[in-house]
Amino acid sequence: MDNISILIGGKAGDGIDKSSLIIGHILAQLGYRVYIYRDYPSIIRGGHTFSIVRCCRDTIATHLDSVDVLLALNQDSLDLHKSRLNTGSLIVYDSTSVKSDKGTGIPIGLIIKESGAIDIMRNSCMIGAMCKALGIGKDILEDVFRKNISREIDLNLKVAFLGFDEAKESVRIEKLKQKALPLITGSEALGLGLIKTGLNAYISYPMTPSSGILHFLAGVSEKFSLKVIHPENEIGVMLMAAGFAYAGERTAVGTSGGGFCLMTEGFSLCGMAELPVVVLLGQRPGPSTGLPTYTGQTELNFALSAGQGEFTRFITAPGDAEEAYYWSGVSMNLAWKYQVPAIILCDKTLNEGTYSFDIESIREIDAGGPLLWDKAGIYQRYKNTRDGVSPLAFPSDKDAIVKVNSYEHDESGITTEDSHLTIAMQDKRLGKEKYLLKELEHYETVKVYGRKDASTALLFWGSNKGPCVEAGSKLGLRVVQPLVFSPFPSRRVKEALQGVKRIICVENNATGQMADFLKCRGINVDQRILKYDGRPFTPMELEQKL
Amino acid sequence: MGDTSLITNAKNTWCSGCGNFAILNAIKAVFGALIDEGTPREDIVMVSGIGCHAKIADYINVNSFYSLHGRVVPVCEAIKLANPKLKVIGFAGDGDTYGEGLEHLVFAAKRNVDISIVIHNNSVYGLTTGQYTPTSPLGFKGRSTPGGTKELPMNPLELMLASHASFIARGYSHGIELLKKMLKEAITHKGFSLVDILQVCVTFYNMYENYNARVYELKDHDPSDGSRALEKIKEWDYNSDAKIPLGVFYKKERPVFEFPPKIKEIDLDAKIKGLLNDRA
Repeated sequence: MDNISILIGGKAGDGIDKSSLIIGHILAQLGYRVYIYRDYPSIIRGGHTFSIVRCCRDTIATHLDSVDVLLALNQDSLDLHKSRLNTGSLIVYDSTSVKSDKGTGIPIGLIIKESGAIDIMRNSCMIGAMCKALGIGKDILEDVFRKNISREIDLNLKVAFLGFDEAKESVRIEKLKQKALPLITGSEALGLGLIKTGLNAYISYPMTPSSGILHFLAGVSEKFSLKVIHPENEIGVMLMAAGFAYAGERTAVGTSGGGFCLMTEGFSLCGMAELPVVVLLGQRPGPSTGLPTYTGQTELNFALSAGQGEFTRFITAPGDAEEAYYWSGVSMNLAWKYQVPAIILCDKTLNEGTYSFDIESIREIDAGGPLLWDKAGIYQRYKNTRDGVSPLAFPSDKDAIVKVNSYEHDESGITTEDSHLTIAMQDKRLGKEKYLLKELEHYETVKVYGRKDASTALLFWGSNKGPCVEAGSKLGLRVVQPLVFSPFPSRRVKEALQGVKRIICVENNATGQMADFLKCRGINVDQRILKYDGRPFTPMELEQKL
Repeated sequence: MGDTSLITNAKNTWCSGCGNFAILNAIKAVFGALIDEGTPREDIVMVSGIGCHAKIADYINVNSFYSLHGRVVPVCEAIKLANPKLKVIGFAGDGDTYGEGLEHLVFAAKRNVDISIVIHNNSVYGLTTGQYTPTSPLGFKGRSTPGGTKELPMNPLELMLASHASFIARGYSHGIELLKKMLKEAITHKGFSLVDILQVCVTFYNMYENYNARVYELKDHDPSDGSRALEKIKEWDYNSDAKIPLGVFYKKERPVFEFPPKIKEIDLDAKIKGLLNDRA
């Protein structure tokens, strides 16, 4: 058995999230590659919450519909997921609160009561029982507990061992001979990529699914000397980011579609004033508040056109934690090199998914810094150069007066309404796109997986990577992933699709935003597989639709 | 560079007699004094919004960020937090920051970020040619309210006191010596400072005669006394024909919102690796 899915379910507030992470770490210790999917409603207490922990010999980035092990802390967890079970599935349930005619009942409620433990520790007891059922030793259980639980570790271990002793071994998960990898969420990977490329300030107003990035960066702010700010609203967020960038600090903001609506005037300001700011845009189903805690790929069109006027922007859509790390770093560097705003399209699936993370497998991020003023002559913030990139100086730099402006302006940053100057400066700003596109030739902006000579292509973007690569490879399709949408590497995408007779586009939205986008660039999509119920695709679901 | 002139080559397009000239001349004098006292010119940053007031960024040859309507304050906060040695002064209109961007002002005051905000308060929109603002008196006839407004003006200073602003003052565009003194004191104050300047718009709402007859300078006022400050702030509600006190109403040092000094030379790769080890 080397591809196992474990579902743990309970009600919101039961600590399902933390438990799934502990289960993930236990499996990671055995050498497995892990992916954790979290499903929870937009409420603090009550409701049904579950996580699916999947482990595999090879790297994975998606969960499956069916589960091999179901850990039920309440009746819903059993009743709502019956369809996920197959004949060999193992069920472990808390017999104090759940009625079931099959599986292994552990009197978890009773154990907790008799041990003087508290309700939240039912998880620990359940995980203990799971370890015994899967033939995982107490040593690994204890190791992972000690590393991940800081409060009441002895009592947690006590109830875990009592759960362990109550259960019986059903199967034995083999230990794999490959190195254990750390587990991080997509949010953490995005944050680490920004840190790697010199992040100074992170500014964000809480909004699912980007709050995880804010919490992570606030948590490590001392360690990495970060200025993390949660201001009054998203308008303040974007304008603060513009101010930080003006003062020379590498800055990112995080939000979701609704918050980004409030940011767009400031985003356009960054385009006009040539201020590099990186936006982490966590998409979710809309319009409006939509399904706050679920997933979607709803903002490609929005990202491409956000903000009044016309200006150069960089947009990328990473598909898993390793790509999130790499492309967030690349975004920061390119934003500074070309003095443009950048958007990283992410979503709940990516941000809140937990992945095995192999930093050594990630290509080195080019550390090229921005173009700085050579201190010769009178400084002009918007000096018109061949590639449109003006040398940078910052307030307090000796002999430089740095003037930035939301109005059309001359090379020194003073407002103008002159016709010739207006054209020259607009051409300067838009001209940067050509050079940025050329630079992108050094990057893997399009990836191809599966059977590389197949005549049917499965085209996807962002977090659909996991299910598309798995299903497409299994079905012998050519699987193609564009990673950059602005400036769009059309030539690369067309090369990747050479010889393809049929293109199927997979997207988590209701209209097929990428398919429409490609059509405008001469790439016609034959079939659209769309899903917009807020849940991610699974490989099996895709296989059935293909 | 050698040239320490504070004038740019931008053509001044304010109306003749505009109250903004007094603010421009006062702040130029204050910047000049700061530079003479040893503040490098490069350490001064002006931020402006959108409106007649905002052109001031084009007219003074120091670092400037000509921002958006209502968005002076968050830009000021960020610049100061990014580089604490900078002196950051925001210039904003009453429509701009008491209207469009009010929430930023309240939060900057309660955070006590060490910045100064100067409001060119003329109780009218000038650049959009004569509409009412948050401080226009009840019944104000503007182009969007031809029958007169049906809403009371707000008293921004009272709001600032409630938001824990640590320096609150009112000036008048007629009387540059008081303006200079007040602006210098605001910039030197460690913490958030707000200076509301009654800046007369000669074209759309000429209040010179009215204000001249009513303003007086605060004397024997203890600005550290909060309840006394409130009393003086409430003396004129921006609506009545009461006397208008000018000067520093409130001033109190309290901890400012700032970040610890940057750690130099962080070994990023080692720290990232360490963090990942904790997740293994």
